[in-house]
Amino acid sequence: MAEYNSKAIEEFSDIWVFCEQRDGKLMNTDFELISEGRKLADQRGSKLVGLLLGDQVADLAKELGGYGADKVIVCEDPALKIYTNEAYTDVVCKVVMERKPEVLLLGASNIGRDLGPRCAARLHTGLTADCTHLDIDMNTYVDFLDKNSNVDVANTEFKMEDVNMKMTRPAFGGHLMATIICPRFRPCMATVRPGVMKKAPFDQAKADACEVEVLQMGLNADALHEKVLEVAKEAKEIVDLIGADVIVSIGNGAAKDIARAKELAQQLADALGGGVVGSSRALVDAGLMSADRQVGQTGKTVHPKVYVALGISGAIQHKAGMQNSELIIAVNKNENEPIFEVADYGLVGDLFQIVPEMIEAIKAQK
Amino acid sequence: MKIYVCVKQVPDTSGVVAVNPDGTMNRSKMPTIINPDDLNAMEAALTLKEREGATVVAISMGPPQAGEMMRELLAMGADEAVLISGREFGGSDTFATSQIIAGGIHHLGIEEGDLILCGRQAIDGDTAQVGPQIAEKLHLPQVTYATEIVKDGNTYTVKRALEDGYMKIQVKSPCLITCIKELNEPRYMTVQGVFEADEKPLLILDYEALKDEPLIEADTIGLKGSPTNIFKSFNPPVKGQGEMLQGSVKEMAAALADRLAAKHVI
Repeated sequence: MAEYNSKAIEEFSDIWVFCEQRDGKLMNTDFELISEGRKLADQRGSKLVGLLLGDQVADLAKELGGYGADKVIVCEDPALKIYTNEAYTDVVCKVVMERKPEVLLLGASNIGRDLGPRCAARLHTGLTADCTHLDIDMNTYVDFLDKNSNVDVANTEFKMEDVNMKMTRPAFGGHLMATIICPRFRPCMATVRPGVMKKAPFDQAKADACEVEVLQMGLNADALHEKVLEVAKEAKEIVDLIGADVIVSIGNGAAKDIARAKELAQQLADALGGGVVGSSRALVDAGLMSADRQVGQTGKTVHPKVYVALGISGAIQHKAGMQNSELIIAVNKNENEPIFEVADYGLVGDLFQIVPEMIEAIKAQK
Repeated sequence: MKIYVCVKQVPDTSGVVAVNPDGTMNRSKMPTIINPDDLNAMEAALTLKEREGATVVAISMGPPQAGEMMRELLAMGADEAVLISGREFGGSDTFATSQIIAGGIHHLGIEEGDLILCGRQAIDGDTAQVGPQIAEKLHLPQVTYATEIVKDGNTYTVKRALEDGYMKIQVKSPCLITCIKELNEPRYMTVQGVFEADEKPLLILDYEALKDEPLIEADTIGLKGSPTNIFKSFNPPVKGQGEMLQGSVKEMAAALADRLAAKHVI
């Protein structure tokens, strides 16, 4: 076997997805990433491989096949039961150095964002964080740009034979979009925000056909420097932004009377059939709203049936998290705010005056 | 005990963002702040210093103007400040940045009992990658997303936030911990602190000072050497604008309700 050299890019092939399990259960993000990985593998004409670490988790592997994995490599060891940065980095890097995948995707969870950068540094390659769109085929990328950017595609030259993965994410605090490439090193690594990629329909025949390779890692648990003392789930109120049909989010315009604004937002959500109150980043950064309510690039990506933005200006980083909602209603004092660019219905004015009238009018309609 | 606190000067992206004609951000036209999560790391270092005694070293990579921020950190209570600054370093991605900062820390020395604290992520890039990558380059254990740090001798017990709960992790120093907002409430600098800051050392490390550092590879730093490159930056298109409802507050609300009813949303 040739020695690992991240610059020898022609030695690398196949699309890999790191699949995270917690408590012996796969995460929803795994299915999203496998589904997305399938598209990339088809564009590249290569295989899609899931990489799953844990203790006695081989039974989970076939399910990943149902979403598009050709093969799953399962790395088993008692020391991999619970995530530790040290053991997981060692195992992921060992397998990657031996097998040399061209692409490695990870979910941008608190674990993926702990593991990904450490692996990229050890593997001597680049990593792009929190991607919202991925392409390999240049035709597909140009088509994406044509539909989703202000780039004049017809008058721009593209190298159509380019097979670098093109990783798109909001940049500069979410005020611009950027497509990043990693042309000189492999694997090309990206973390992908949960909730962004669409899960493919499950296919039992594909699950049955999925190849599973189990590797026993034989780790020496005593040699690890990192010890997990406790893993706890917190019985905090669960804010289910991702599953909500109606989300009413509040932003800077709500800051002057946050308690009243929250109350109005919840009442409006209830009038619209029941839903959840979300928040812009500004209110979370200011400590006025909890982080689990944040919609946007650094918060959650949502696509409810109805999204109402109250007093939110609409920076790209916020829009990245909500612009695929089915129907968007925006209320803002300033008619020039970018939020109105994505709204189906815009109402200019003070949310504290408008929202009570909206609630009244909706109730009157019913 | 030496505590390194990694900090970054960032444009204040919460306000108006100045954009160049080519679509990149015009940093020179925007006010700068100390990255918010880094202040939590700084506060954690100062708390440990008060309890245990320590030398707190604030370290950053950035343009010469970042020296101003280093003075603020000295005024907050840091004992020393180190600014890594050189044209050769400009435009570095996270891989490049982390090896330069790791090289700087290696150059200054890190030994048993020492600690490196970072903010979870910087608000201009939101990558959360530089902390873990510094740890990897220095072969140190890392714990990210810390909401509680308890020191017992050379052992740290860190509460690490997960999406649905937390884990408690024990590591031995030297190690690297990244901090989030929930960890503490950063202090302000005091008037006395501002006076004292002028007496404290601010060391500038340029390319010349670090070029022989084994952790820094000359061909993977700066804009040209960084593994990742910007292929294209762009604005999303303006979606075919929806309908701006007109009239008084009451009229707008009624018009909205009509449209929602027509679409069977309500």
